Amino acid sequence: MAEVLLTEDQLDHFRVRAAEIAHPRELVIDVLRAIQSNFGWVPDEGVELTGEILRLSPLQVEEVATFYDKIFRQPVGKRVIHVCDSVCCWSRGAEEIYAHLQKTLGISPGGTTSDGVFTLLPTCCLGACGEAPAVMIGLTTYGDLTPERLDEILERERAALEE
Amino acid sequence: MTQVLFKNRRPGETVFLDGYRKTGGYEGLQKAVKAMSPDEVREAVKESGLRGRGGAGFPTGVKWTFFPADQFGEKYLVCNADEKEPGTYKDRELLLADPHQLVEGMIVSAYALRIPVGYIFIRYGYERCSQNLERAIAEACEAGFLGDNILGSEFSFELHVHRSAGRYICGEETALLNALEGLRANPRSKPPFPAVRGLFGMPTTVNNVETLANVQHIIVNGPEWFRGLAATETGAGTKLYGLSGHLERTPCLELPIGTTLREIVEEHGGGVWKGRTFKACLPGGASTPYLAAKHLDTPLDFEPIEKAGSRLGTGGVTVFDDTTCMVAATLNLNTFFARESCGWCTPCRDGLPFVSWLLEKIERGEGTMEDIEILRGQIRNIHGRSFCALATGAMEPVASLLDLFMDEVVDHIKRGRCPLKR
Repeated sequence: MAEVLLTEDQLDHFRVRAAEIAHPRELVIDVLRAIQSNFGWVPDEGVELTGEILRLSPLQVEEVATFYDKIFRQPVGKRVIHVCDSVCCWSRGAEEIYAHLQKTLGISPGGTTSDGVFTLLPTCCLGACGEAPAVMIGLTTYGDLTPERLDEILERERAALEE
Repeated sequence: MTQVLFKNRRPGETVFLDGYRKTGGYEGLQKAVKAMSPDEVREAVKESGLRGRGGAGFPTGVKWTFFPADQFGEKYLVCNADEKEPGTYKDRELLLADPHQLVEGMIVSAYALRIPVGYIFIRYGYERCSQNLERAIAEACEAGFLGDNILGSEFSFELHVHRSAGRYICGEETALLNALEGLRANPRSKPPFPAVRGLFGMPTTVNNVETLANVQHIIVNGPEWFRGLAATETGAGTKLYGLSGHLERTPCLELPIGTTLREIVEEHGGGVWKGRTFKACLPGGASTPYLAAKHLDTPLDFEPIEKAGSRLGTGGVTVFDDTTCMVAATLNLNTFFARESCGWCTPCRDGLPFVSWLLEKIERGEGTMEDIEILRGQIRNIHGRSFCALATGAMEPVASLLDLFMDEVVDHIKRGRCPLKR
């Protein structure tokens, strides 16, 4: 992951957009997501930078950033695993999937593996109810999971990061 | 079976402009813009009997009569593609298969309401859907279906995709508007309704994906055809039903609205899984009351489901087999709502965690008969008294647990343990 909050191109893009639209504040999630995509999470400097681009106070950005469960205001692993614990996944073995992940990765919910690769978090419904149980890793949704299939997916995600 | 929204759907494929046009795509827009006045388009939608597919089921044409359609100027059309109701994944399936269905529906709706700007508010996890929509929008612009002077007319419309970052409350229409504006996504007080003062303080209509995607088909084929698609007398159109839970097969399908629960479970879902029997279902997402086995012959359409004591909601049907503990299922549902509460009002922020605490106590076998009365009191104090529909919706499965499965609740208390725990 790049160690910049926003690239020069992104900075230009957001500054131009903010100047040409009537309500620059509507871009706050776009900017925060761009920072998170580059940096992995949104540090205080990211909140300040967002405010500076959109002419908002850091507090105005912070109250939005902390509202959303998919904006990370703390360091997370390179891939966040969101485990669906809503009713359809629950009815088809989500608890087993969640327990398996905790055991395999050696972390509790909210934790990050010691190699900094995976962070484990619960999430509400992913909209994959017909393929329950499901998890989302990064922005990819995986359904019809069994512990075995999950192990293969974790392997693949790890390998993809090493490339 | 007539396929309208899913007619181009093939496993693992997405249809874009060429494929969409091959089956009549954008004929509705051409007809509307070239041969109909905005008023005539609105009238057709009203006559079709189309009801909102996002959960509340309000008649779309009637909703649009509250909108200042003939007033020119800054107004917004917002598509709610947040789809976070547990058990609901129909909009995702539509956007994965055929994104132009929504894009054309939005353009025709914007024409009808004389709206110059639209937003599609889409959830964090639907990245592929977002990309499909961006490509569809670019194609529509290129083909002259979107942008300035659409099809040589005076009508112009621009459309934007807004990717969100989580939280169930964003699907509540006024919270969604705050989210779009870059504010904390707490709901707003109503009135004023969005039709009067919505996005950026201007008249706004918020409609669901499936609702909007039906509009161009009503224009091409007429309101009568649309009403004739239903399996019930009072219904109109098809419905995307998303199956989940304890069924052999859990597909998302387009069926005549009012198909019976029995047909959906036995035929389309292949029956209850593992040779077990049907115990209950949520007929339309997490905020609809349960239906039990005695309701299997209920047509899944707005009116018949209401008669059976529940709601069509989103049409996401989640089935529970006879080994399911309904206290545990309700605890799971309520805990979801408690976690997703935005914290704005007390009944929701404080009431829902208390309800979870009571249900958990009963599930552990430590509940008392008095806890049932306390639970009833909580339902009374939360249902209809929360600032928005979130906590009120949360109480619906809880209330129906006590209506339909009281014996099971009492059994937990009498035995001092969950009678269904494996």
